[in-house]
Amino acid sequence: MTEKGMQPDNSAGAVNIAAKSDYVSMVVGGQLFGVPVLEVRDVFVPSKLAHVPMAPPEVAGVLNLRGRIVTAIDLRQRLGFEPRDEGVQVMAVVIEYLGEPYSLLVDAVGEVLSLDATSFERNPSNLDSRLRDVSEGIFRLEDKLMVVIQLDKVIQLLNGAIAA
Amino acid sequence: MDDLLNEFLTETSESLDVVDAELVRFEKNPTDKAVLDNIFRLVHTVKGTCGFLGLPRLESVAHASENVLGKFRDGELKVSTEAVSLILKSIDAIKTILAELEANECEPEGNDKELIDRLNEVAAGKAIAAESPVKAVAENPSNEKKASSSPVGTSNTFADGERKVEPVLNRDLLPGEVSLEDLEAAFNAAPGPDDDHVPAAPAPGTAETAAADAQHADRMEKEEPASQPDPKKAKPAKIDAAVKNSDTSIANQSVRVTVDLLEDLMTMVSELVLTRNQLMQIVRDQEESKFKAPLERLNLVTTELQEGVMKTRMQPIGNAWQKLPRIVRDLSHELGKKIELQMVGAETELDRQVLELIKDPLTHMIRNSADHGLEQPKKRAAAGKSELGTIKLNAYHQGGHVIIQISDDGAGLNIERIKQKAISSGLATEAELEEMSDLQIGNFIFKAGFSTAEQVTSVSGRGVGMDVVRTNIEKIGGTVDVRSTTGKGSVFTVKIPLTLAIVSGLIVESYGERFAIPQISVIELVRASENSEHKIEMLRSSPVLRLREQLLPLVYLSDVLRMKRKGPAISDVDALQNAETSGHRPKDDFVVVTQVGGFRFGIVVERVFDTEEIVVKPVAPILRHISVFSGNTILGDGSVIMILDPNGIANMYNNNSVEEEEVKAEAVSPDEQDKKMSMLIFRAGDGTPKAVPLSLVARLEELDCASVERSNGRDVIQYRGQLMPLVRISENCPLRTEGRQQMLVFADETRTMGLAVDEIVDIVEDVLKIELTTETTGMVGTAVIGGAATEVIDVSHYLVVAFPDWFEESRKTRVKAARRILLIDDSPFFRNMLAPVLGTAGYKVTAVENAEQALALRDEGITFDAIVSDIEMPGISGFEFASMIKADERWGDTPIVAISAHGTSDDFERGRAVGFSDYVVKMDRGALLRSLTETLSVYGEAV
Repeated sequence: MTEKGMQPDNSAGAVNIAAKSDYVSMVVGGQLFGVPVLEVRDVFVPSKLAHVPMAPPEVAGVLNLRGRIVTAIDLRQRLGFEPRDEGVQVMAVVIEYLGEPYSLLVDAVGEVLSLDATSFERNPSNLDSRLRDVSEGIFRLEDKLMVVIQLDKVIQLLNGAIAA
Repeated sequence: MDDLLNEFLTETSESLDVVDAELVRFEKNPTDKAVLDNIFRLVHTVKGTCGFLGLPRLESVAHASENVLGKFRDGELKVSTEAVSLILKSIDAIKTILAELEANECEPEGNDKELIDRLNEVAAGKAIAAESPVKAVAENPSNEKKASSSPVGTSNTFADGERKVEPVLNRDLLPGEVSLEDLEAAFNAAPGPDDDHVPAAPAPGTAETAAADAQHADRMEKEEPASQPDPKKAKPAKIDAAVKNSDTSIANQSVRVTVDLLEDLMTMVSELVLTRNQLMQIVRDQEESKFKAPLERLNLVTTELQEGVMKTRMQPIGNAWQKLPRIVRDLSHELGKKIELQMVGAETELDRQVLELIKDPLTHMIRNSADHGLEQPKKRAAAGKSELGTIKLNAYHQGGHVIIQISDDGAGLNIERIKQKAISSGLATEAELEEMSDLQIGNFIFKAGFSTAEQVTSVSGRGVGMDVVRTNIEKIGGTVDVRSTTGKGSVFTVKIPLTLAIVSGLIVESYGERFAIPQISVIELVRASENSEHKIEMLRSSPVLRLREQLLPLVYLSDVLRMKRKGPAISDVDALQNAETSGHRPKDDFVVVTQVGGFRFGIVVERVFDTEEIVVKPVAPILRHISVFSGNTILGDGSVIMILDPNGIANMYNNNSVEEEEVKAEAVSPDEQDKKMSMLIFRAGDGTPKAVPLSLVARLEELDCASVERSNGRDVIQYRGQLMPLVRISENCPLRTEGRQQMLVFADETRTMGLAVDEIVDIVEDVLKIELTTETTGMVGTAVIGGAATEVIDVSHYLVVAFPDWFEESRKTRVKAARRILLIDDSPFFRNMLAPVLGTAGYKVTAVENAEQALALRDEGITFDAIVSDIEMPGISGFEFASMIKADERWGDTPIVAISAHGTSDDFERGRAVGFSDYVVKMDRGALLRSLTETLSVYGEAV
């Protein structure tokens, strides 16, 4: 799969960011991430996660969201963070990619932030490669930096990894 | 117009399928007037409707073929194969145009002059003799007048042959000229009330329609009894027909709905079923619940609703068969065979989705039967069979499945040729084939690239057939299987589920995770435990179960899913330990006996729950590559579980067993992987398995205990004209006194020795790592081989037992001046094993553990005739050692032979480069000896 190549390079930065946009903020491994609010279908506390043997390590399992089967992707794994301790509560952020629901497992979900494009900038050149793969750019918040996640990349690269 | 066109397309293609089938019937039985009438009427309908919709090209073709049909009907033309072929061809032409029409909503350019001309020739040429010019012209007095815009040749040819055939009829019908006249003729000719051809009705208001109607009504009265419309052809679900014919009451009761609507309904019902299951589960846990009664009702209603909706999707399998008579007919002409196609159970219903998917595989199998299965008439006659070959299609329900059997009375599968093919394409070895039943061998035809047809015909033989058939059938959860009797024919049995959406699944558990196995693949459940009659036994690392006098290969689900040492589910220490050393498993297991094609195997799981109706949902794209899952589903309790695909498991298990092995070996210790070798595992004396490197064993023999003789206080047997000593593994394990005794034979060029053993267990490729050294004589030590503690025997010990002078003797007799060999190997096992081997060959061997020790010997001034050195050694490696030796003049001229588990050419080259004289693979004893002989003769006495 070479979707990566077919995808326009979004790292061009501010071009894609409207003057004012809303992001759902979430924390993974102490780092703040943001996902455009319109992409988020649902946020919930996953109860029963069914492990899928032989799945890529990033796939934490599948879960039942009101009758739909949702594939859970552990963002810690995906982005190369330390695995979280057993039994720690996670949150699931449900998104959709190509009509298929996925839930991103994160440590915590914060508030919805309405951010100004002026505080956005493209990825710094020294950004960790695993983050750079999925990051659209960085928002400079007052006290923190927020990485904007490109959801398609999160899933696509995973696909690519499988095909490879 | 759109709707009208759609309607037309649907109906016409249905009609044409019927025509195809009917024509074949008709050809066989040209006197069957009812069939002909039916065909005629259908073609006529098509023609009429085309005119109506302004489709001149279609109409002209339909018209010309109708002409010929008309002649048949009136007996003016004799039914001949050629004529029927021609008509079939024109039907094909119509289909092609229809396809275009469907795609572009307009007729394609071009005309079909050639075809039409030929049709007309047939109609005219042969009709002349039988002409009856004055027939019934008066019947349609108003025709000509009403024909508004037909410029030329209006007096043409009504297909029913009521008119005299004029030469003019050869011209093409032009776009403008269609309509009324033909239409009227159509109505005139159309016998009976079953008017498929009036879908135009929803477009009222055109003069033509009205006229046609009038005419039609008129004719109806007169011609009503002319021919009996076949009641089967009175297809229901034709609203417009109903509008027309108030007397066909059946039509009134059906409604056409789109498939999409049905699909949606099905999806919703599936959801409902799930929710119902969930509710039931909740209430089941509560003793007293006021929901109980209403839930019970909901349950009932849901079930009925589910059944009802399923029914709407059901279609008789005959729909998938419609094209077959035509195909078989064409084939029989093409192949020069006489073939009869019998179809039984066409009314058997199954889900239309399944039906669609089964169509192509079925067609292919019929083609195959006709092409490969049935013999040429001559051959058949010679074999004492009727020249007419029969292909029988039989469908029936069995459980939740539909069984379709395609049988032929041909020659049966050519097992010999399949064997050859299997060997030549590397699918199996001769030895493997020996073990297989004909049934298993027959199933090779479903492997990819497998075609035994000697010639590639246009029909089949390209080897892309049956594997695709199998794949397609398996995709829908079905199975296919072949049984064949040489000379009598073959039977292909296809078993497919009634529906794809809801299947019944057996819920099982392994390592705390639950999975569903589609019930269709499950044959039976066996509980296996240590003390019951069913006990899982291990053949090395391969678990098997004795089931009704047969060995059933097993796979542990946890192995298949690589769930070892993973997941929080392993709570008990026992299981954890067991997982570490594969081979010992929990005591109680369930074996789900599963069949995939002709391959039967057992899936070992830890628990089995009940069977549940599950709604199969596809897995997410990022998980779709995992072939062992066919989908996932939500259980009644709301949890998501994966649905196992037995096909995937079987494939993985069959194809990747080698890979699996490697994975396991890696898990043990990646750096030890090099030292894998073949070991012969046997039992002798106590129960502990014993092992000996296979390369040291010359043969395995079985002897009659009575043939053991005593000589000079030792057991000997006559073996190949010589006396061969038979030694026992230890003093305190006696030989058997009766029956057969198995033995391992060790040999060098002149002498042989037998080692009596109780049982030969297996040949295993594994890492040999002596874990425990031992003081026991005859043993090198204990190693874990294939997951079990195994004693490795010291062959040299037994050689000496058999021939106390073995080593001395060989030295004296075969090597003039004993060559001194330095053997360097870090593994004590190899030192122990190779030293005797070399000793046997007459060399004087000094064995050291590492290069450092060897260099120490050099420093002591000791010299050797040759050095045999391992490559992979801790500290100084073989390569480094060789360079060091070559760089120093003391041993600089001594040839060095490298031994290694690797046998790659790279290593070989590298070995040469650093100064090795030769390079042999460690366990190849013969090669080592040969190499030494050569090396020493090259270097000669000079050293």
